[in-house]
Amino acid sequence: MSERSRVFVLLAYIAFAGASYAQQMEVADEARIDAVMHAAFPKANSEWLARLKGDQTILACSKSRDAPPAEVARTIAAREGATIQYPADGKLIGDWEKGESLAQSGYGLRFTDYPPTRENGGNCYACHQLTNEEVSYGTVGPSLLEYGKIRKFSEAEAKAAYDKIYNSHATFPCSLMPRFGTNAVLTVEQIKDLVALLMSPESPVNRP
Amino acid sequence: MKNIRNKACAAALVLTSAFAGTGLTQQSGSDSIERELDTYRSMMKSDPWSNPAMLDVDRGEALWKTPAGPNNVSLEQCDLGLGPGKVDGAFAMLPRYFTDADRVMDVEARLLWCMENLQGFDRVKLLTRPHPSAGMPVKDLGAIATYLAYRSNGRSFSATFSHPKEKAALALGETLFFHRTGPMDFACSTCHGESGKRIRLQSLPFLSKPQEARKILGEWPAYRVSTAHVMTMQHRIYDCFWQMRLPEVELGSDVSIALISYLVKQADGGEIKIPGMKR
Repeated sequence: MSERSRVFVLLAYIAFAGASYAQQMEVADEARIDAVMHAAFPKANSEWLARLKGDQTILACSKSRDAPPAEVARTIAAREGATIQYPADGKLIGDWEKGESLAQSGYGLRFTDYPPTRENGGNCYACHQLTNEEVSYGTVGPSLLEYGKIRKFSEAEAKAAYDKIYNSHATFPCSLMPRFGTNAVLTVEQIKDLVALLMSPESPVNRP
Repeated sequence: MKNIRNKACAAALVLTSAFAGTGLTQQSGSDSIERELDTYRSMMKSDPWSNPAMLDVDRGEALWKTPAGPNNVSLEQCDLGLGPGKVDGAFAMLPRYFTDADRVMDVEARLLWCMENLQGFDRVKLLTRPHPSAGMPVKDLGAIATYLAYRSNGRSFSATFSHPKEKAALALGETLFFHRTGPMDFACSTCHGESGKRIRLQSLPFLSKPQEARKILGEWPAYRVSTAHVMTMQHRIYDCFWQMRLPEVELGSDVSIALISYLVKQADGGEIKIPGMKR
């Protein structure tokens, strides 16, 4: 092979490899992700597979690695805020004792939790400090110690807490926290109990 | 060999009694458990055979060399990327693209392929319950993977990701690492995207940071005290997905191989020091 044809072959190879790489990079998009995710879970039924399909909000968060541009963040806050449903009687504060056990429980929605034997937990302690009694708390989320006390137990803050638990993206677009209400992880009653844990003066959160 | 087994068994007993009920006492005693583990880890340095996982390295070696399966052949003709039967340093170069399978594979996916195509085992059966329950020993495939990883000890992670399909696996892995999904909207990066965070009292490595990724990746497969068995990287990801409320991820799926590719790339240059010891 002459020097010139060798160079030609090399260039052609580089061009081909480059094009092929570009093509592979491009296909690491939504359709490709859907396809590989479905293939990775051969035991999953349609209910499980439906949960893998991301909505506009979570796709935008993934794409921006949870740092959405301001414009996108505003859209997300509005869209997610519109999904929040409130109790018919307007009472947002439930039973803090129930809230405390929900905050401890990580039960629910794991593939070993079927058929369910009890209600889903909120698993708040996995990521948040809440009380001085519980020393086994995570630090992925901020400390919520004295949450209600700091906020003077105001009604507006109780609503803000309800909103954050129901759908944190309404307040913090691309928050790492699950959308407990919107994604039907917790019920309205359970969310009220968690609001009580944060906002009741009697709650151990506010009696450190 | 017998002496080695006895040593490892004795070590396993000590561990089991020291950490029995780790999960239950986690809330009150995790700090002291972590201290005990540090003591145990330093003991292991003086005698590496004291890690119970060495039993599975030993078992994996025997399984690799013994004829088995419908074809009654050993795995010694299995090509891990350096040529048939070449074991030393092969794990350090994985994941890589394999022409015969036309796929990028990590050590476990490659073993699965060899057990199916060389030994004639039924792939479906191998994939039915590929990971051990708590208290049960790692499955054969995992034991062999542990042996193979052990034969790269002292080397550095050095997968090249030069083939277009290797590049594609890496790009997919990176995208998936940040891909939020399932009812909880979790991604790998939700827990592993920042230094110094923890879930309950469990510290979380920031896996996009080479310094942290090198240390962690170099420890897998690892002996896990709370479940009393060796856990492989495919099993580790399966367990993460369980916590993330995702379905059961198949061993050797493109998703797990892509994620392992991403992690290995972050750990590039890190020393392989298996088996590690985990809570």
